[in-house]
Amino acid sequence: MQHSLKKYFPVFVLPTLAAFTIGFIIPFLMGIYLSFCKFTTVTDAKFIGIGNYLKILSDDAFGHALWYTAAFTIMSVLLINVLAFSVAMLLTKGIRGTNVFRTVFFMPNLIGGIVLGYVWQLLLNGVLAKFQKTLTYSSAYGFWGLVILMCWQQIGYMMIIYISGIQNIPGELIEAAKIDGARPVQILRNVTIPMVMPSITICTFLTLTNGFKLFDQNLALTNGEPSNMSELLALNIFNTFYGRTGYEGVGQAKAVVFFILVALIAVIQTRLTRTKEVQH
Amino acid sequence: MGVRKAKYGWIFTLFFSLLSLAWVFPIVLVLVNSFKKKVYISRKPFEIPNGKMFVELENYVRGIEKIHFFDAFKNSLFITVFSVAAIILCTSMCAWYISRIKSKFSSVMYYIFLFSMIVPFQMVMFTLSKLANMLHLYSPIGIILVYLGFGAGLSVFMFCGFVRSIPLEIEEAAMIDGCTPIQTFFQVVFPILKPTCITVAILQAMWIWNDYLLPYLVLDIKRWKTIPIAIQYLKGGYGSVDMGAMMAMLVLAIIPIVIFYMACQKYIIAGVVAGAVKG
Repeated sequence: MQHSLKKYFPVFVLPTLAAFTIGFIIPFLMGIYLSFCKFTTVTDAKFIGIGNYLKILSDDAFGHALWYTAAFTIMSVLLINVLAFSVAMLLTKGIRGTNVFRTVFFMPNLIGGIVLGYVWQLLLNGVLAKFQKTLTYSSAYGFWGLVILMCWQQIGYMMIIYISGIQNIPGELIEAAKIDGARPVQILRNVTIPMVMPSITICTFLTLTNGFKLFDQNLALTNGEPSNMSELLALNIFNTFYGRTGYEGVGQAKAVVFFILVALIAVIQTRLTRTKEVQH
Repeated sequence: MGVRKAKYGWIFTLFFSLLSLAWVFPIVLVLVNSFKKKVYISRKPFEIPNGKMFVELENYVRGIEKIHFFDAFKNSLFITVFSVAAIILCTSMCAWYISRIKSKFSSVMYYIFLFSMIVPFQMVMFTLSKLANMLHLYSPIGIILVYLGFGAGLSVFMFCGFVRSIPLEIEEAAMIDGCTPIQTFFQVVFPILKPTCITVAILQAMWIWNDYLLPYLVLDIKRWKTIPIAIQYLKGGYGSVDMGAMMAMLVLAIIPIVIFYMACQKYIIAGVVAGAVKG
């Protein structure tokens, strides 16, 4: 079979490989090279070494965006996972109407970030108007606005993953713990949580990377206002590229730094939570 | 356990009912405001449109004219349907090949696909948009190739995971009976892959339908807009936003998704769970 299939390489692999080369491999390699260049379009690139990276160090807006993103990500990962897990625990107890609740909580996921941003802009500005404020009054408002929006959007998704994790726990395990006299808190801590660790790994991974890479919601909700103070990293990079000419190289260097950060977080997080998973 | 829970069950049912109402409130608020005269939307967002505030379908008519909503809808639908179809067809074939042919090339390919999953779009956005422009991929047909390329990582990874669980004997039997590899794939392997196809289709469709940045940078947006681009366009550069048209267009953007969700809810939720387990 190996032999006869090998001849069909052009049919099976070539379309994907060609598209992947255009859509990923070339742009990725070119991106790394261009981060060491000065350019306005890709054809006039001139190699300048690490100059672009040095410029990032003195870019206060980037530093601010980095901390703002880190704080936003930590806050949203914690809130989303704790709330989604709690809701999942309650919705696996056979409460009447469970299916309806699940359907409702999951729905915001299907709506795109741009649309969500404007939906919440209306609601949050409406509430803030009672205090003569708007979302763009200070970066703290934009921060909490984004956290609330992300909770609303993602709790349902993570809840679905937690529910399937909880339902996969063998019933005997919990029964046995009960017969041994374990209290509900002990069961949660020593049986349920270790057993759903794979779900926790996945959900923290998804919420972490989603939070760190967030763009659409940020653009629609505040667009970085007031004066770029509510700008997340992805939006900062976008504005560096397209906001002012002559800074494309710096934008690309920021993008490389951004990529390395996302990759590091993904790898470290997966390592950390994987070690806590139990075999069964 | 069941009996004891049932006693307090209604408290939870009540609690979650209220929470569900709160959950849909933002969307209902937009729906209500879409019938309000535009000057009242920012000023009185929480009031029911009555009397002089109520404008019937005026916001909808104006919004549809302003952003050519139905053209945007058509573009979004075309791009999503054909990109997802291309992704499923091409990446399942590719995944089968690199899982069955044991070679250095196959394993290198596999790891590059895996690697591409953690690369954020910002890393490639500038170079990708310039490259796509040079290759004239700025039409709704061209962008399908871009989506196939950028979406290949996740899909190949998921298909590979599933192909490995299919016993080789089935395929070998088909080959011995005289099937060519193409016949074997389409008549034997592809039908077995169906559950993974649904998962991949749902994850990719959710991404492509809602994607803003990639089409914004790749498409020639003077000629072709998708729904997210059209909505962002409504905000315009400077000056005041037409809140009335905005509310109406948000409603029109949400309605098809809700209908689709109600129709395929079972598959969507199952797809998300299956996708998460393998991802």
